[in-house]
Amino acid sequence: MNEQIILGIETSCDETAAAIVKNGKEIIANVVASQIESHKRFGGVVPEVASRHHVENITIVVEEAMQQASMSWKDIDAIAVTEGPGLVGALLVGVNAAKAIAFAHQKPLIGVHHIAGHIYANRLEKEFEFPLLALIVSGGHTELVLMKAHGQYERIGETLDDAAGEAYDKVARILELPYPGGPQIDHLAKETVPGIDFPRAWLGAESFDFSFSGLKSSVINYVHNQEQRGEVVDKSNIAASFQASVVDVLVEKTYQAAKKYGVKQVIVAGGVAANQALRQQIQQRFAPSNIPVQIPPLKLCTDNASMIAAAGSIQYEQQQFADWALNGNPSKLLTSVHSDLST
Amino acid sequence: MNMLAIDTSSQILGVALMKNNQIAAELTTYLKKDHSSRLMPAINQLMQQIDMKPEDIHKIAVAYGPGSYTGTRIGVTTAKTLAWALDIPVVPISSLKILGYNAVPYDGYISPFLDARRGAVFTGLYRFSKGKLNVIQPDRYLLMEEWLRELNELNQPVFFLSPDFEKHETLIYESGIETIHAPNSSHLLRPSNLLMLSETEPTVPAHEVVPNYLRVTEAEANWKKRQKAGKNHG
Ligand SMILES: [Zn+2]
Repeated sequence: MNEQIILGIETSCDETAAAIVKNGKEIIANVVASQIESHKRFGGVVPEVASRHHVENITIVVEEAMQQASMSWKDIDAIAVTEGPGLVGALLVGVNAAKAIAFAHQKPLIGVHHIAGHIYANRLEKEFEFPLLALIVSGGHTELVLMKAHGQYERIGETLDDAAGEAYDKVARILELPYPGGPQIDHLAKETVPGIDFPRAWLGAESFDFSFSGLKSSVINYVHNQEQRGEVVDKSNIAASFQASVVDVLVEKTYQAAKKYGVKQVIVAGGVAANQALRQQIQQRFAPSNIPVQIPPLKLCTDNASMIAAAGSIQYEQQQFADWALNGNPSKLLTSVHSDLST
Repeated sequence: MNMLAIDTSSQILGVALMKNNQIAAELTTYLKKDHSSRLMPAINQLMQQIDMKPEDIHKIAVAYGPGSYTGTRIGVTTAKTLAWALDIPVVPISSLKILGYNAVPYDGYISPFLDARRGAVFTGLYRFSKGKLNVIQPDRYLLMEEWLRELNELNQPVFFLSPDFEKHETLIYESGIETIHAPNSSHLLRPSNLLMLSETEPTVPAHEVVPNYLRVTEAEANWKKRQKAGKNHG
């Protein structure tokens, strides 16, 4: 088999990342410069600040990846970069850097969808088995994607309002937890069993869509009422109950979809895949079935460039290359394939 | 010496090439169109025209601001990454200096400026001496009204150059400062100016090249204010 080495670059949000991946499956180098410390003081990611940090770090991060891999340009077969979705100013840094490298050494250029990257993070652990169902949960996305082959994505469900990670961030803010809020809620939730019956948005038995805005409002009302009554806000109980509501819906819908489409593998991807409650509960739910659930290790759940190189690897095989006009695309859609998916 | 020059610090997209010490090609558009999708195709096309390959480039000059944040970042990211990948030096040049160079051989005060919204501008004061464009007052961000008051105190004619000249011309004419008239073409950033200026500007290692924004972000400014307020009250 021909060896294939892809350099990946990811700058869609607040991580400047570069990685080198062999054959779409093996990480040779993985470098992430996180900006979390800088954005903490603002209580969230500030796009202009993120873009500025990306320019400062981009060549340093790519150089580090090349050094980690002990590789020179002749070893690299193609440059893959996150094209979108994401923060436009942030995306532009990665895209223009990738074009510059590809141009300097006349290498093929590949534009990768960020979510395809999150999905392909799993292939760095275990080869895919199709049909495959991917639950993608992050600050910007909550969706269920069905894949019948490499590079083919059919979205069967998505959030109608907030992404799961967004709901976590908002609830964390209500509970006055430090940024980033998701891990804080996950941590607090461990201290107690959920005692508040927050709503779960099922949206009908056949629906694989999600909705978290009602849940968010319930949490706001609950906290507000407690404050008005002069009670101490029971943060861990609220965190645990909120999390139970989110995870119940995510897990059950994934399970029902997996059954309906007869998938051979379920994968969980995106930043919220790092959530301990989700990791445990989804494994428990699927344990009696024969469907294996794959969740990437924590360092591959958050944004990184290995996943971009891994997804780019498939595009390399399928000869899907970009030209020099490649641009950042903040609202890029995951290309859907319409096939005969009637059960 | 073969050199590539890039300027995307304003609405103007400019690419120029020097081959064997000669200005060989220059491409400029004066459009409100995105730079990111057009810059690399422009570089590619221009290099093909003069039969130059990436590895033939010895040095890259780039307009590093002040100007449009996003625009400048596109040019700077492209320039620094190309330079790093090719292992060649970068010469970052002020976009205002590039604009001021259009005034050659005028030997009085030159004030190139770029509109910075809400009545403010990015500007500086320059003057030629023995063919070299010297900085009299470094680039900064301030209200045009304030800048004109300062310039008035010089009691000397000033050569204003700006692609945004029309937006500020009433204020300029009302200031009473004696101005020099120039054709419209002199008000536009010209990428070949980078090639000329790069001879006397220092090179910087690629990793260290960042845009000269001249302003902290709004989020940082507000954060600093809050910090100060917190200290005063605490
Ligand atoms: Zn992500």
